[in-house]
Parts: sequence; structure tokens; C-alpha cells
Amino acid sequence: MFSLDRWQEIYSTIRKNKLRTFLTGFAVAWGIFMLIILLGSGNGLENGVKEQFKGGAMNGVWISSGITSIQYKGLKTGREIKFSDQDYKLIKNSIKGYDHISARLFLGSVLVSYKNEYGSFFVSPSHPDYGYIKEIQVLQGRFLNQIDIRECRKVAAIGEKVKAQLFKGKDTVALEKYVCIRGVPFKVIGIFRDFGRDDNEQKRIYIPITTAQKVFYSTNVINQISFTTGNATPEEADAMLRKAKMTLSRSHTFSPDDPRAIDIMNKSEDVKRVNSLFAGIRMFIWIIGIGTIIAGIVGVSNIMMISVKERTKEIGIRKALGATPASIIGLIMQEAILITGFAGYVGLVLGVGLLELIARNMPPSDFFRNPEANFAIAIGATILLVIAGAFAGFFPAMKAAGIRPIEALREE
Amino acid sequence: MIDITNIHKTYITGTNKLHVLKGIDLKVDAGEMISVMGASGSGKSTLLNILGILDNHDHGEYLLSGIKIEHLNESKAAQLRNKYLGFVFQSFNLVSFKNAMENVALPLYYQNVKRKKRNAIAMEYLDRMGLKEWSHHLPNELSGGQKQRIAIARALIAKPKVILADEPTGALDSVTSQEVMDILTDINKNENITMLIVTHELDIAKRTQKTIRITDGMITEIVKN
Ligand SMILES: Nc1ncnc2c1ncn2[C@@H]1O[C@H](COP(=O)(O)OP(=O)(O)OP(=O)(O)O)[C@@H](O)[C@H]1O
Ligand SMILES: [Mg+2]
Repeated sequence: MFSLDRWQEIYSTIRKNKLRTFLTGFAVAWGIFMLIILLGSGNGLENGVKEQFKGGAMNGVWISSGITSIQYKGLKTGREIKFSDQDYKLIKNSIKGYDHISARLFLGSVLVSYKNEYGSFFVSPSHPDYGYIKEIQVLQGRFLNQIDIRECRKVAAIGEKVKAQLFKGKDTVALEKYVCIRGVPFKVIGIFRDFGRDDNEQKRIYIPITTAQKVFYSTNVINQISFTTGNATPEEADAMLRKAKMTLSRSHTFSPDDPRAIDIMNKSEDVKRVNSLFAGIRMFIWIIGIGTIIAGIVGVSNIMMISVKERTKEIGIRKALGATPASIIGLIMQEAILITGFAGYVGLVLGVGLLELIARNMPPSDFFRNPEANFAIAIGATILLVIAGAFAGFFPAMKAAGIRPIEALREE
Repeated sequence: MIDITNIHKTYITGTNKLHVLKGIDLKVDAGEMISVMGASGSGKSTLLNILGILDNHDHGEYLLSGIKIEHLNESKAAQLRNKYLGFVFQSFNLVSFKNAMENVALPLYYQNVKRKKRNAIAMEYLDRMGLKEWSHHLPNELSGGQKQRIAIARALIAKPKVILADEPTGALDSVTSQEVMDILTDINKNENITMLIVTHELDIAKRTQKTIRITDGMITEIVKN
């Protein structure tokens, strides 16, 4: 069925009917081109949005204190909830299944100096676990540890941009040097990289939370509790969050239904939402793309139908000379597959080429980066094309096979 | 070679029934060259189509080279046509986008002969028809006589046992007609191929061994020439 001779026979037919072949192929090329562009753009959008989730474990949860907005047990609204070490310990003991947990303080942007170099950086007092929650990468030295916490050491892990800004010129070794944070000297114990998209993430300094409480607050206040849910299922993670909320609601006497008393940021929830959004978008794109391709196939089928009609006489002659119905079906189907396959391939190449061009020349933005059509899509599209070609050729081929030579050859 | 008895054929178009062949009996020996004459609409082409297994008969028996032609599926019919029969038509019926050589070679394609080989054989046949220089021309660049000679070469290439020609000279002038008949008689003599030629022209019919006259779907006369 797939003899070289058959292909040559088809090739000679195609070559002698160039315009018809071109028209037939164009619709398919266009369909595939559109599908690739749409899928690529969808990927670009997805890459752009997902980029914003980078830096920090996907199963991270951040609970910050807020202000009550519902009256509860005789207490009026507008009450400020203040977390302390107590809450951190409560949460740590009440929820099960977390794998890292840390309390945090928000010092905000703070003036930091080393000798004559100054800079304004975000100083983040936290527990050692926060390094895991934030998925930072230690480049030199180490991150905070338990001894730092216990002994309230004045040590700091600084972001690589902090290091670059404070340690310039000859004095480029940062480890073991002392930087001044709000006038208090802290020893640099490590340099890290954060994968966060935001430049500010790179300009962070982590210090032990106990040190910060002692040096800057003289109380055991904290602003945020953060943990990762380990390998909990979404339902288990939900249960953990509910438990945490109940615990805090009881200890601070606010309504468990109060949306403002505490603020919970649940990354996996956000990721899930975005994922389902993009699953929807992708499905939408496939529906449109397949619709376009179907339009192309119907076009091919139609033109092949006309072509079969035009070729009635030729097919009648072939049959009179000994062509079996199967060989006629093969001839027409293979022609359809060849045309759709080739045209589709051209559309595929053009589509991928255009995406590549866009990816190279367009600066990545918050919502669009790296539009790409990956290998799997290309393979999928190729298989789709062959099937499409077979579909396109089927009805014309059946029609051709049904042509009766006496009718085809009857003198007009 | 051909042996038909009591062949009937009725065409049904809508509610109309047209009884075209009304009991045809005919025996054609191997190597015979026979002409068929008759008024327009008498059923000559219908008979030839049945003999060519392009159409089927309603009644009667048809033996082609001893093979009973009855209830054949399309593939089988195609194989028999390819192996036993060659066709020559009034309007040549060449494939318009194939050149002379490719047209001649087409029957061999359906015998799975390799392209190179079948083109070489086609060239031999074209040479015999004196058309070697025209091998790469498309049919619309050729004269009627040339086209018919190509059609004859195509009918011959698969070495058929029988050639069925429906008014092969119908579209040609008298000189060219005689040339085509020269070729056909030559082939009949030299290769012992059985021939049935439908014609309206008496001088064409005269060049065959026997003339059969069909009137209104029946054989009414057989004349030796
Ligand atoms: N497929 C068909 N369907 C219906 N009627 C047909 C069909 N083919 C032929 N006929 C009719 O059968 C009759 C015989 O036709 P046929 O073609 O055999 O005549 P013919 O002898 O070859 O005539 P001519 O010399 O004009 O070619 C005609 O009346 C024709 O109209
Ligand atoms: Mg006729």
C-alpha cells in the first residue's frame, strides 16, 4: 500500500495540478498555524503568570495578623490582633503534618551599612525553617540555625544583591564581616540567592527572630507565621489551615468566620486556581484550534470531492485498465494525507518560527514570557494531521471507488 | 476465446425499463478479428461493455477464455480486465495530465511492474507505433491519429488476449482511420490477439474477417468478409 511507486504516482498527479493542490493545502496549513500560535501564546501567558509564583515552596502558607471586622463575644470590631511567640508555639503544637514552620517579623526597609557603603534593605527576622519555606539557595556560608535562635546571636544571612551593593572594590569578602543594621552590628554568616521574581527578594537580610525581638522590640511580638504543608493532600492541607485558624481564633477571641482578623495566604490554593484557569484556557484553545483544523479538513474534503468529480474520467480509465477499488481508495486517501501532512507541516514550521521570533524579540513581561510550542505539541499535531488527512480523504475516496467505468467513459 | 449464450441486458432508469440486449449468442475464436455493426442505439456498446466486464449482464452465460464471468466483485473484475482485456475507445480516453509514455505504461502500474521497467516497455510499444519522439508529450499536444495509436499501445502493453474497440476510428479522418486499421490488423496477425471492433463504417468492417450486424438488441446477420 505504501510502495514508492504509489507515492510517485501521487506526486505526478499533484505536480500536474499545482493550483488545486495549493488551495487544498492552504486551509490546513492555516489551521495548524493558528493552533500552534494559540497554544504557544497560551503557554506564554501561563509561563508569565506562573513566573510570579516563583521563589517559595508551592505548598507554603503565610498567616499574618490583621484587624477584626466581626463582633464576637461582646468584643467590638476594629480590634488589632497581635501575634506573639505564644501563637507560634500554639500553632506548632496544634497542627500536624507541616514540615517547616517559622515566625516572622516585619522590620520593613532598613538602612544597613558596611564601612562607608550604605543601602536600604528588607530585614526579615525569622526562624531557620524560613530558608526552606522560601526555597532560598545558600551560595556561601550558611543560613540561620537553631543555635542562633537560642543564643539570640547577632548574625545575618544576606542576599547576593545586598552583598554586591555593600561589598565593593577591594573589600569583597562578606563572610565574617560585620554589617550595621539600624546601628547594631551583625556578623554576616551566609550569602543566598532567592528565586523570587521581585528584585526586592534579592535585597533581603535574614536575622534570627529572637535577636530582633530582643534588640529592636524588647517584646516577643511576631507579625506572621509561615509553614509548609509537607506532602499533605489538598484536603489535609485545608484541615491544617482550619485547625490553625481555630487555634488562633480561640487564643485571640475573634470569630472563626472573620475574614480580616487574620490574613491567610495559601500558595497551593493560588497555584491550583491558576492551574485550573490555564487548564480551561488550554481547553478553549484546543477547541478553537481543532475547530479551525476541522474547517481545514472539510475544505480539503470538499476540494478533493470536486477533484474526484473532475477526475471521474481518469478514474474510470484507471479502472478499465485494471485498478481495483482498493487501489483507487489508496490513491485518493494517500493524496489527501500527503497534502494535509505537508501543508500542515508547513503551517507547523511557520507557527513555531513565528513563536520563536516573538520569544526572542519581545521582552518578558509580568503576564507573558517564553511563548513556546513544545515537542509534545508538535508530535500531537503531526498525528492529528495524518488522522485529519485520512478523514479528509475518506469520503472522496469512497466516492471515487464507487465510480463505474462505463459511466465515466461514456461518450458525451 | 469468447463464448456468450443468450445474453440479456435491461437498463432501468427510474420507472423506464429499456431492454437493450435480447438474447445474444456469439462465439469468437482465439485470434479472430470481428467487426460489429448496427444502427445507433442498437446495443453495440452495451455488448462490448459486457464483454469488457465493465458492465454486467442480467441473463445468460459469458465465458472469457474459459472463465465464467458472473457475480464478480470489483477487484476480481479489475484483475480480469487487466490480464485479459485491452480497450480502445472512440474518444481515446487518455489521462490528460500524463504524457504518452506514462499513459501507455499505466496498465503495468496495476501489475506492480516497477516504474523504470514499465516506462522502458512503454517506450518499446511507442516505438512500434512510430511515436518514440512523442513519448514526453501530453495528449493535448497530439493529433487524433497519434492519440489513438497511443491508446492502442496502452491496450497492448499488458499483452491481453482480447482487444475491444468501440468505434476506434469514429473520431478520425478516412486516411488516419485506415492507418489505425493497418495497425490493428497487424497486431491481430502477428500477435494472434482476438479483436472485436464496433464501427459504423463499412470499409472498416470490410477489413475484418467477420461482420456481425446487430439490430434492436439481437444478432441478425453474420457476414464473412
Ligand atoms: N447506462 C445506461 N442507462 C440507461 N440506458 C442506457 C445506458 N447505456 C445505454 N443505454 C441505452 O441503451 C441503448 C443502447 O445503447 P448503446 O450505447 O449500446 O448503443 P450503440 O449501439 O452503441 O449506439 P451508438 O452507435 O450510437 O454508439 C440506447 O438506447 C441507450 O440509450
Ligand atoms: Mg456505441
